[in-house]
Amino acid sequence: MAAKGTVVIDRNRCKGCELCVYHCPQHVLKLDETYNTRGYRPVILDERSGQCTGCAVCAVVCPDVVFTVYRFPQPVRTPAVRAVAN
Amino acid sequence: MAKTLWKGNEALAEAALRAGVKAFFGYPITPQTELLEYMARRMPELGRVFLQAESELAAINMLYGTACTGTPAMTSSSSPGISLMQEGLSYIAASEVPAVIVDIMRGGPGLGNIQPSQGDYFQVVKSAGHGDYHAIVLAPATVQEAVDLMYISFDLAFKYRHIVIILGDGTLGQMMEPVEMPPFKEVNGGEPPAWALTGAAGRPHRVITSLYLSAERLEALNLHLQEKLARIKENEVRYDTTMVEDAEYLIVAFGTVGRIAQSAVRQARTTGLKVGLFRPITLWPFPERELDALIERVQGVLVVEMNAGQMLEDVQRVVKDRVPVHFLGRMGGIIPLPDDILPALHTLCGLVRSRNGHRVRPVPA
Amino acid sequence: MAIAELTPPQIASRPEVALAAMQVVYKRPEALTEAYTHYCPGCSHGVIHRLIAEVIDELGIRERTIAVAPVGCAVLAYEYFTVDAAEAAHGRAPAMATGIKRVLPDRIVFTYQGDGDLASIGTNEIVHACARGELLTVIFVNNSLYGMTGGQMAPTTLPGQVTTSSPYGRDIRQQGWPLHITEMLAMMPGVAYAARRSTHAPAEIRKAKKAIELAFRAQIEGLGLGIVEILSSCPTNWGLSPMEALAFVRDKMVPVYPLGDFKVHQALAARA
Repeated sequence: MAAKGTVVIDRNRCKGCELCVYHCPQHVLKLDETYNTRGYRPVILDERSGQCTGCAVCAVVCPDVVFTVYRFPQPVRTPAVRAVAN
Repeated sequence: MAKTLWKGNEALAEAALRAGVKAFFGYPITPQTELLEYMARRMPELGRVFLQAESELAAINMLYGTACTGTPAMTSSSSPGISLMQEGLSYIAASEVPAVIVDIMRGGPGLGNIQPSQGDYFQVVKSAGHGDYHAIVLAPATVQEAVDLMYISFDLAFKYRHIVIILGDGTLGQMMEPVEMPPFKEVNGGEPPAWALTGAAGRPHRVITSLYLSAERLEALNLHLQEKLARIKENEVRYDTTMVEDAEYLIVAFGTVGRIAQSAVRQARTTGLKVGLFRPITLWPFPERELDALIERVQGVLVVEMNAGQMLEDVQRVVKDRVPVHFLGRMGGIIPLPDDILPALHTLCGLVRSRNGHRVRPVPA
Repeated sequence: MAIAELTPPQIASRPEVALAAMQVVYKRPEALTEAYTHYCPGCSHGVIHRLIAEVIDELGIRERTIAVAPVGCAVLAYEYFTVDAAEAAHGRAPAMATGIKRVLPDRIVFTYQGDGDLASIGTNEIVHACARGELLTVIFVNNSLYGMTGGQMAPTTLPGQVTTSSPYGRDIRQQGWPLHITEMLAMMPGVAYAARRSTHAPAEIRKAKKAIELAFRAQIEGLGLGIVEILSSCPTNWGLSPMEALAFVRDKMVPVYPLGDFKVHQALAARA
């Protein structure tokens, strides 16, 4: 599937509130099974990340500015770039 | 410079203008209101900020805001208004921003009345707000001295980034006297200090807060404040004496009563009584060392105040029972006159029993 | 080799190159610090802070803005903005901000206050700042209770709402009705912009940002005081999950606190 965009997640900033998971129209976000340094299960791009359109709704609802949102100049047929988190 | 006739409250206001104050926030309350009214006329003339606030509580917080910008600012009020300012004063002290407050005391407690009083000594000198600190408290006895102390108060406040309170009473505020007004000057060269909030243009942003959630950091702040208070104690004590060189007895009084006591001293001297006056001008830092030295040379002390005995406790702390300490206190706005002070002196000196049941409360030695 | 000539797989294989090739749609505003916030997971304070920072960046006023933080959950707000900031006593931010603005009239001064801070202990200060038409911007966060101290009733608590100090539910016969202070303030000539927005959905958050911008413009253009009340979630003290809390805002708070504009100065109307 041609991904139009992606997000970079600041893993340790996330408090696992899941507002982005519910609001993401493409349902490409979920909580990780492992914990971040502050003891929360942070949000990650899931296997459907190719669906991400870079719409930035996640960034709009996020209370902790976890997301940096990108859009590709043109659709990329390969899966979206793995989120390069710190 | 020629002397001109000034009313206390207005002299204080004009002196503040000349000292470089740039903003005044106040609220009407007798016996201080003429200071506010004077500022209402003069500040706009000089392009400076005047604002009558909705309450004294708002006024002190406006002052706090201005102080955070490193701009010389002040407020003035009287006893009940100062009570409303205590929270703000504590925040100012913890934030270490400079602020000048004029307190023209009135009869209390409660609504009390509008006559003069010194009943707020504890409130202002011991605790001008919650937490461990003292404001610098200056107590003028004459309108000229009020002007002179006002003139240095902003420099003091900026030098120590602290609160300076000019503590007068209704007499000082309302009476008129010839005064020599000092020239205009700027505080801190008119430039905001390096810590001031002015907008983070080309520099990291600055924060002024009194919140220290970590106990260690709040203790560190308090230790720093205590160290500052120690420096103030070391450098800023001010007091005045009259005929103490050969005095066998000492009157200790401040402000208006300090001035009246001078007359009592002169009258007593005419009857051959060797009495002198010790008049603290800084109520905080209290002139302990200087008073202590005098105690070695006298046989008794009479403290005279317009309250129930407040500075008395500081005097007793210094005297440490080495000599008898007697007290004469008048309240409700009644001013002790020399004719009241002399009988108390005679009692102190053991010359005459107190015949007319005058309000003399000999304090056990 | 220019990015454009890279084939998608090549872009995908070198993420940093790929990211550089992409258009950044959203990134952290410059007016926010890097500090991790202390707010509870899902709390709207974080969203509102971000909106303010975005507006400050977009209006290009960061270097001349001064913030006044309240006492309450947002007491540490000054740690989160890269602007000069002062911490006010509870409820006194409008007075403190007045003291700052009056001596620095060309700076942009805003207060950030909760409902306990502004609509309870600080009512007199906000009323008179508005009455004087102080050129200030006020961001008023209404989450129906005192958050920092653990969820007590506030003047904005809803009728029947249980809080730690209204354990039987707020009884309007005993504890009065919710205070609609923004509507009251809107009546004052000194107020140029007064509106209420919410954070319970992306579209509402976007509208809140617009309102914040107008509240800043009211000050920048010297029109008068600008105030935006923003309904906010408090998952912890409401005992709800973050999503349930947003639903509480939508279903319970909005009916009591209708969203909308209560005053828009005509000079701002064109931009509303």
